Amino acid sequence: MEFKVLKTPLTTEVVRSLRAGDFVALYGVVYTARDAAHRRMVQAIASGEPLPFDPAGQVIYYTGPCPGFNHHPVGSCGPTTSGRMDGYTVELLKLGIKGMIGKGERSAEVRAAMQECQAVYLATIGGAGAYLSRKVLRAEIVAYPDLGPEAVMKLEVADFPCIVATDVHGGNLYRDQDKGAI
Amino acid sequence: MRIIQAEDITRAVATAVIEANTVLPPDICQALKQAYEKERMPRARYLLQVLLENAEIAKKEGLALCQDTGMTVVDIMIGQEVHITGDLREAVNEGIRVGYHQGHFRASVVKDPLIRVNTGDNTPCIMHTEIVPGDKMRITVFPKGAGSENMARAAMLKPGAGEQGIIDFVLETVEIAGGNPCPPLVVGVGIGGNMELACYLAKKAIMKPLGASSPYPELQRKLLESINKTGIGPQGLGGDTTALGVNIESYPTHIASLPVAVNLGCHSTRRCTLEL
Repeated sequence: MEFKVLKTPLTTEVVRSLRAGDFVALYGVVYTARDAAHRRMVQAIASGEPLPFDPAGQVIYYTGPCPGFNHHPVGSCGPTTSGRMDGYTVELLKLGIKGMIGKGERSAEVRAAMQECQAVYLATIGGAGAYLSRKVLRAEIVAYPDLGPEAVMKLEVADFPCIVATDVHGGNLYRDQDKGAI
Repeated sequence: MRIIQAEDITRAVATAVIEANTVLPPDICQALKQAYEKERMPRARYLLQVLLENAEIAKKEGLALCQDTGMTVVDIMIGQEVHITGDLREAVNEGIRVGYHQGHFRASVVKDPLIRVNTGDNTPCIMHTEIVPGDKMRITVFPKGAGSENMARAAMLKPGAGEQGIIDFVLETVEIAGGNPCPPLVVGVGIGGNMELACYLAKKAIMKPLGASSPYPELQRKLLESINKTGIGPQGLGGDTTALGVNIESYPTHIASLPVAVNLGCHSTRRCTLEL
């Protein structure tokens, strides 16, 4: 498999260059957030409070890693089901989030917002948490530590494998599959 | 009568928690390897190869196979001649506490389904007990991730729906689930009993090793073939391998009922059984 190198934060130009089905190797910072953190971020937006990080160009990784040990910053660190975050996603895209990493398909509403805001959805390998943990170089909790494994973490990743699942040109691996045209 | 101490149960559960979360069972590993050999789509082959590599890393480094180390199902067969000293439920939950802490596994349980504060130690587990003849205890620890559990379904079919009704319901469940439950799947089907028993039978079905004896081997074969024809593939990104196997468990049922439940296991369907 040939992997395109992708560095975070992402620009619109880079997002536009990606096509569904591309293999990418991600380098740089991504922020973790799953259900509980998304709920809090959307509450923060509603009450005019700042987000835990500046969302412009950033990538959110839907994961709640196992604790790190033996000098590794995180334990097992694979993606969770992205669809659960659909209801919170549009607002984050409007604030400049450029990429999301998870597993499983997104709602039509999220896909439309991705086109409008020029953001990409990357699928990584669900259930390959041990493998993916070795692609994480550093990890630091940046918000909501009381949420335990659902806290927002800043991860620095290198050679982190993803497949472009939904691009900004209407390409979508999951939807293509629904049509039977794999 | 045979006496089993609560501390021994705690130790066994903790050991099984660590083993189950870090070592992929041999039958699942074998099925993944066979799927890799047979898979024709390059993207799916790549994904299956990473999953096999993941299992090797997890085992070698004592890492959790998946960060979702699950809400733990503990299924216990208790010989009727066993006398347990201490509190069985507390002994099992202490084993969960110790195992998840020692294994550096994620705590994934919230105390209240609406208030949602993490209990911090992955307790309580979901415990099933059955009294059986003999003087032994057989404990199966089954960490079940929510990605797959969330896609489980049950239906009370009309008896006239018959085998075809069951096939349609299972296929519909797998289609709706798509990539969410981390295919290739282990598909567990519970048929008969009543509503709650069908659900439990479906869970029992995915706790069994692939290729274990079945009341309906032909139906299992037919289901596996149909599921793999959907093209959903590993991770829902297309391919020949949507399921590694189908297991069915059944029970007598009411003259008016045909309960069916489907529980999906991910490609890391993890389990460890110990006997005391």
